[in-house]
Amino acid sequence: MDARQQEIEKLKDYKYGFSTDIDNTRAPKGLSEEVIKFISNIKKEPKWMLDWRLKAFERLKQSKEPNWQKPKYPKIDYQDLYYYSAPKSMDDKPKSLDELDPKLLETYKKLGIPLQEQAKLNGIAVDAVFDSVSVATTFKEELNKKGIIFCSMSEAILEHPELVKKYLGTVIPLSDHYFATLNSAVFTDGSFVYIPENVKCPMELSTYFRINDPETGQFERTLIIADKGSYVSYLEGCTAPMRDENQLHAANVELIALDDAEIKYSTVQNWYPGDKDGKGGIYNFVTKRGLCKGKNSKISWTQVETGSAITWKYPSCILQGDNSQGEFYSVAITNNYQKADTGTKMIHLGKNTRSKIISKGISAGHADNTYRGMVSIHPKATGAKNYTQCDSLLVGNKCGAHTIPYIENKNASSEIEHEATTSKISEDQLFYCRQRGLNQEEAVSLIVNGFCKEVLQQLPMEFAVEAQKLVGISLEGSVG
Amino acid sequence: MIEIKNLKTSVDDKEILKGLNLSIGKGEVHAIMGPNGSGKSTLSYALAGKEGYNVSGEIKFNKTNLLELNAEQRAQEGVFLAFQYPIEIPGVFTNNFLRTSLNSVRKANGKPELNAIEFLKIVKEKSKELNIDAEMLARPLNVGFSGGEKKRNEILQMSLLEPSFIIMDETDSGLDIDALKVVSNGVNSLRDPDRSFLIITHYQRLLNYIKPDFVHVLSDGKIVKTGDWKLALELENEGYGQFIN
Repeated sequence: MDARQQEIEKLKDYKYGFSTDIDNTRAPKGLSEEVIKFISNIKKEPKWMLDWRLKAFERLKQSKEPNWQKPKYPKIDYQDLYYYSAPKSMDDKPKSLDELDPKLLETYKKLGIPLQEQAKLNGIAVDAVFDSVSVATTFKEELNKKGIIFCSMSEAILEHPELVKKYLGTVIPLSDHYFATLNSAVFTDGSFVYIPENVKCPMELSTYFRINDPETGQFERTLIIADKGSYVSYLEGCTAPMRDENQLHAANVELIALDDAEIKYSTVQNWYPGDKDGKGGIYNFVTKRGLCKGKNSKISWTQVETGSAITWKYPSCILQGDNSQGEFYSVAITNNYQKADTGTKMIHLGKNTRSKIISKGISAGHADNTYRGMVSIHPKATGAKNYTQCDSLLVGNKCGAHTIPYIENKNASSEIEHEATTSKISEDQLFYCRQRGLNQEEAVSLIVNGFCKEVLQQLPMEFAVEAQKLVGISLEGSVG
Repeated sequence: MIEIKNLKTSVDDKEILKGLNLSIGKGEVHAIMGPNGSGKSTLSYALAGKEGYNVSGEIKFNKTNLLELNAEQRAQEGVFLAFQYPIEIPGVFTNNFLRTSLNSVRKANGKPELNAIEFLKIVKEKSKELNIDAEMLARPLNVGFSGGEKKRNEILQMSLLEPSFIIMDETDSGLDIDALKVVSNGVNSLRDPDRSFLIITHYQRLLNYIKPDFVHVLSDGKIVKTGDWKLALELENEGYGQFIN
């Protein structure tokens, strides 16, 4: 096979693996006060923001990288990364899609997110983040009419400082843990959403994260605030080019739901998983946390994790308001040499708080998949209820699945239920499907989709179909 | 139409079929009867292409040698195995499974795939013809189905896929008399000059409803006697003792 053919073969496996050749503005390599000032300066941030970042950086110097997780990885050289990289054409921020670099438009088109057409379609508003900057946000004006703010984080810092100051770091404090603190120091862009009181957001909001530049870490920061009685459904998608070296992605996502508000947050994570031998791929070390601050509020996390060399994240809910609800629906698929250590924390503080955890882990090839979760019921959480269901499915006999639930209960009136199963795709199931004309891959995809159905049906309609296909593709070549 | 020559199968060096010869013409219904352990289920798996067996000999199906095809290719060519124990697949709705199956077979034969609405129309017609309650389609495949429902589901699939060679592996086992009637009516309605059947069974009971053209006795991996449907009655009265050494 010549080089070109090989490239085509590779792209068949991971069709988002191309890279865009584009001139970049980069920060000097490495992590230092100067680099943080560079980032803050290029974004024309006010002083309070820079001070906040520097405080995080001071904290980072005293903080240690955690090492309790199951998937181990070689030591990351934090001085060998670029913390800011953005297309040159973004230096003077284009005012509309028409002014956007055609190469960027082309990239998103190839990724299946044609921004120009998307802008005309109803139903989904997109914020597109390319390496360290948001390059475009669609439907902004239409949303503005309802008082909804949907923009890049950088823009929010400049345009809505009162909201950012009030909420940033209130769910994930500066001092939280190593990667969260690192993010607080160097975060570059991400999405900002504010839904005013009693407004139901009329369309899906979504962010598409793309890592393009090599040797660059992506550190985005997303903040979503749902004011009293409001509702929003938000979706993020992620892809990256195929490269032999590992790239770090350490995002922070904070959600805040006030009285009677509801936030539904869905993720379809398809970062480059590395090749068949486990070379390359993204380290997806992400902190996601939601605060059900008000009474009767609700936060629901749905994640479909198919990409990344290592996925290490626990989208969590702090159930502070009385009668608030937290939900976590997860499908984590690991194939080849991928590793995942993912789950959730449900922290019950308020009275009659309820949480539900449905986790489906699928492991194939040589992969290793861990569910790790915590349900914590505090002394004042009278009448709290949790239901947890963790199912693991093994494909083949060289992979691993682990379930590590932690339960802390300090209130005798609470109810906690935990169910867990581990199963294998049986030869008999495969033979039955094949006898009915399905090939091996169709059969695996069908069986696995059946296994994850409870979670996939939580996704917004438009993405459920995509996710089903992705589930099939992620497991190609895993059997036989 | 089907020409089986010197078929031998073994698992872990244990020989099960020991040189089986059988020829089934177009439109014919053949029954294979035999005691436990004679190789009946192995024969059905060898014909359908289940992996894990060492198989030698020849299975000519029209002009192709089935042994050169994998399980799904055989299904796409028109080989259908009705399972003795249909498999459960949690979370996969029966109608979704049936549509995926039908479309795989259609695609392989160069026919356009059916969308959900077109499919629903066909499947409703078929289940009505077969007197099968379509409510079963909205449940996960075979999960929590009674023995009778599972077998009806097999018959429904058979009728949807319109195969040209149908193997029934002890479909009658564990059926009450009503389910047995639904199954045999289904089979009889599918009898066609272009479709052949191989009915594997323990008991003569099923053959009261589906009258075969030929009956074979399988013992110790070989066919030891062939006759017409009266042979089944003889076996019912006298048992397999005379064929077992």
